[in-house]
Amino acid sequence: MISIPEDQAKIRIAKKVAAALPENGIVNLGVGIPTMAVDYLPEGKKIVIQTENGMLGVGPSPKNPENYVPNLINASRTPVTEIPGSSYFDSAISFAMIRSGRMDATVIGALQVSESGDLANWALPGKGVLGPGGAMDLVVGVKEVIVATQHTAKGGKSKLVPLCTMPLTALRAVNTVITEFAVFKFIDNVMVLVEHAADITLEELKNITTANFVVATNLRMWEV
Amino acid sequence: MIPLVKIMSMQEAVCCLHAQSSIMVGGFGNIGNPKGLINKIADSDLSELTVIANDLGTPNVGLGRWVRGGKITKAIGTYFTYNPEAAQLYYEKKLELEMVPQGTFAEAMRAGGSGIGGFYTQVGVGTELTKDAEIREFDGKAYVFVRPLRADFALLHAKKADERGNLVYDKTARNFNPLMAMAAKYTIVEVEEIVPAGSLSPEEIVTPFIFVDVLVPVERGDA
Repeated sequence: MISIPEDQAKIRIAKKVAAALPENGIVNLGVGIPTMAVDYLPEGKKIVIQTENGMLGVGPSPKNPENYVPNLINASRTPVTEIPGSSYFDSAISFAMIRSGRMDATVIGALQVSESGDLANWALPGKGVLGPGGAMDLVVGVKEVIVATQHTAKGGKSKLVPLCTMPLTALRAVNTVITEFAVFKFIDNVMVLVEHAADITLEELKNITTANFVVATNLRMWEV
Repeated sequence: MIPLVKIMSMQEAVCCLHAQSSIMVGGFGNIGNPKGLINKIADSDLSELTVIANDLGTPNVGLGRWVRGGKITKAIGTYFTYNPEAAQLYYEKKLELEMVPQGTFAEAMRAGGSGIGGFYTQVGVGTELTKDAEIREFDGKAYVFVRPLRADFALLHAKKADERGNLVYDKTARNFNPLMAMAAKYTIVEVEEIVPAGSLSPEEIVTPFIFVDVLVPVERGDA
């Protein structure tokens, strides 16, 4: 079965996410690959980052711990900085922004995505993952929900499934899925393959994906 | 003339609380939490507490000290994953956890502090967190009904207060603090600095004194 090392897969996904983010969009980035994407934004491309613990206009993390600012973290608990135009607010206002559809995109991880766009990403039963944090609010309220995830779980099991078996985060919430091998869009609740990596064939992709999907008529291939 | 707010020592403030209290505690990932008050209570004999907080700190840090000390019967919050000791107690059925989506958690406290009887949100529909809740359709979309959250006490952190109890926060240490100040019956705020009445600009005050009962100055070593 085709697979690439985890660290390479993550970088590949982060690059693809960076390219997919809306120009000048207001985005909320989850822990892990989504946050990595900022490092791969194409030259000149700008986004505005919101963090749900109460800041709009999040600046980069200080390289040197000496420059950490007290009481200034993002929702991944990473020290961050202000940028011109930043603001702070309480958590109710933060989620008002999120739920009211004013934010352009959120990028989050997944345990499973179903072929109808359901998402499971907050609970691993019996594994000490307790509580959704802001994930349920983000995927319901934000304009474009981009899932950034490795194509398969450890052991090669497809994360893209006919029906989620893990606890749901939201029903029919996902707009785009980006893996190291493919980009899918959900159009009228149908999962559509729009792009795949050059190092995998359509046949191989079907073999590692249990979800049923249709292939876009203008299917693109990206060089990796 | 606006009266001055009560100022207490850490020890005096902790004496206000009692066993089986429900307590809101400000903070997100150990930022913006009242560290001195948390530690004082960890060292007290208070127990059987219901805690309403975003998370339960990390092992033996922040509210993690209350977890390790067995002080909590039930916690309501959004993300307990930072503290594997809380997960352990949960699986052993020694700690009850109620998990709420973070925006719903914030809004439930805003409602609780605003005289609102509840609200409908689309967040959480179709998930196990809302399986017992009322679902209602508006404009063709399903919403879940959420009751407000209130508590006996709030333990909060602010950067600055004036002698009347008006509060100013610092950066992302604001988080849930202003909401909890409104939602609790009795609000105790640990502050880094108390400035003379009249020295804060009315424009910069985030939490007006009406929501604040007691100020506790940070003690050396607690900041």
